Amino acid sequence: MSGISRDEVAHLARLARLAVTDAELETFAGQLDVILRSVARVGEVAAQDIPPTSHAVPLTNVYRDDVPRGGLDQRAALAAAPAAEQGRFRVPRILGEPQ
Amino acid sequence: MTDLTHLTAAELASRIHAREVSAVEVTKAHLDRIALVNPDLNLFLHVDAAGAVAAARAVDEALDAGRAPASPLAGVPLALKDVFTTVDMPTTCGSRILHGWRPPYDATLTRRLREAGVVILGKTNMDEFAMGSSTENSAYGPSRNPWDLSRIPGGSGGGSSASLAAFCAPLAIGTDTGGSIRQPAAMTATVGVKPTYGGVSRYGLVAFSSSLDQGGPCARTVLDAALLHEVIAGHDPLDSTSIDAPVPSMVEAAAEAARETANLSGLRIGVVTEFSGEGYQAGVLASFANAVRLLQGLGAEVVEVSCPHFLYGLPAYYLIAPSECSSNLARFDAMRYGLRVGDDGVASAEEVMSVTREAGFGAEVKRRIMIGTYALSSGYYDAYYGQAQKVRTLISRDFTAAFERVDVLVSPTTPTTAFKIGERIDDPMAMYLADLCTIPASLAGTPAMSVPSGLSENEGLPVGLQIMAPALAEDRMYRVAAAFERVRDEADGGALSCRVPDLEVAVQ
Repeated sequence: MSGISRDEVAHLARLARLAVTDAELETFAGQLDVILRSVARVGEVAAQDIPPTSHAVPLTNVYRDDVPRGGLDQRAALAAAPAAEQGRFRVPRILGEPQ
Repeated sequence: MTDLTHLTAAELASRIHAREVSAVEVTKAHLDRIALVNPDLNLFLHVDAAGAVAAARAVDEALDAGRAPASPLAGVPLALKDVFTTVDMPTTCGSRILHGWRPPYDATLTRRLREAGVVILGKTNMDEFAMGSSTENSAYGPSRNPWDLSRIPGGSGGGSSASLAAFCAPLAIGTDTGGSIRQPAAMTATVGVKPTYGGVSRYGLVAFSSSLDQGGPCARTVLDAALLHEVIAGHDPLDSTSIDAPVPSMVEAAAEAARETANLSGLRIGVVTEFSGEGYQAGVLASFANAVRLLQGLGAEVVEVSCPHFLYGLPAYYLIAPSECSSNLARFDAMRYGLRVGDDGVASAEEVMSVTREAGFGAEVKRRIMIGTYALSSGYYDAYYGQAQKVRTLISRDFTAAFERVDVLVSPTTPTTAFKIGERIDDPMAMYLADLCTIPASLAGTPAMSVPSGLSENEGLPVGLQIMAPALAEDRMYRVAAAFERVRDEADGGALSCRVPDLEVAVQ
């Protein structure tokens, strides 16, 4: 299994919405390379016909009784908001400048 | 007068319920202890003295009015890991991104503790979002091990384990994703139990790796852990992965096995072959060998059992857990709660999100998010995440095969005793090795616990014995643990927890 480059780590950081610094990139690139080379050992196990396990205790069709119950009211939902306006979450602009 | 902080939860409950001492007195004794040692140990991120005294007073008033105790632990104080939501206390998960966050709801576990009359003293320190093995990844500084203040108390639940060892609380709650209850227990000579996955509700437990996260009890004795386990266990309709089945009789199993006449004859115990040898400290192996002799002395039949895929647990875990974490932690987007930085009216939502996450997360969380993002990306999915999930199947099969031959498996809880603060912080792989022996039960979803087995010969630091049982066979695990605890303490002239150095001297 090949290692991971500094550019690839920068790409991962962008995908994960982490505005990492150049210094961090340097450190993380080395560390992630070591970690990924190590965990690649899972490939040593011959597991061609082995089914994957996503949950240790498989559960299907979990239902609850169809009865209404209270949720958070508006005040409680907004209580921890970084910014709120007119009873709503205020968010930074979500659209870019017109191209 | 007896120091109330040195009694077990069972003893405290019995005295409170007999009205020999008030719950308020017990709570105040522990709050005083916290005030004394917390400045040096950094175990609590938040102490709710007023709330704790009020909860204790409510227990006293109910008992004075002639009502039966709400539970066998009514009036007993507890330290709650800061990863369970609490409406009356902040919930930070050891992260800057949740600094001061007041959740709008209680976790099911929190609610059950309150309903049982358990007095919540405060919230304990932890590795950020439970990612770590030392508490050094907390944004609020590391906790220190009462056995040696220069060493880590284990992690991620180091605040909880160390608060028991430092007599700040007789009970604590931890969460175990790859070993975060058991490994800190081993490092501090306390008892830590990871229940069967789904055995204790995850509703209100801030998610790190949803298919692995499991809350559980921590205490200084096996019986206390069992008492707490029964208070928090059981089906919760608010958690769709919660098991809808009767809770095993763990208190009965522990109490029965602690009796002098009890033994383990007829019980088959398997020693995991793979968890020995290179990388294991001599002091850990010696303590483990002694523990096996004590189990044999109790009449148990001990055999060696090979679980060949257990060694692939570590790499599988460090793919599965980061993958789930990269998805779960996407919720920290600076929009609805938590930190927001860089919102200058010009920056876009995406830019604000990126600089907030950069400022709000620590290095280990960032590393794991990026590893998870990598492992889940299309070109690498099969080789990493897909293969890790197959290894998970193989580990479960190893357990199934082992439990056809033996009733429980045992191993050292950790390859080494507590390491020095700072020793592994720049070497993530060295840090990850602390979870080597605890990870298989996490991946298989089976119950496992750590009980103190002794002190290492050279350093005099605590060593833990791990006991692993089949799913929903917690009672079997508690039986072995309680019998072992009794003969170990008898052979050693008392409980290990009483031999912790005197902190009043140490902190000066």
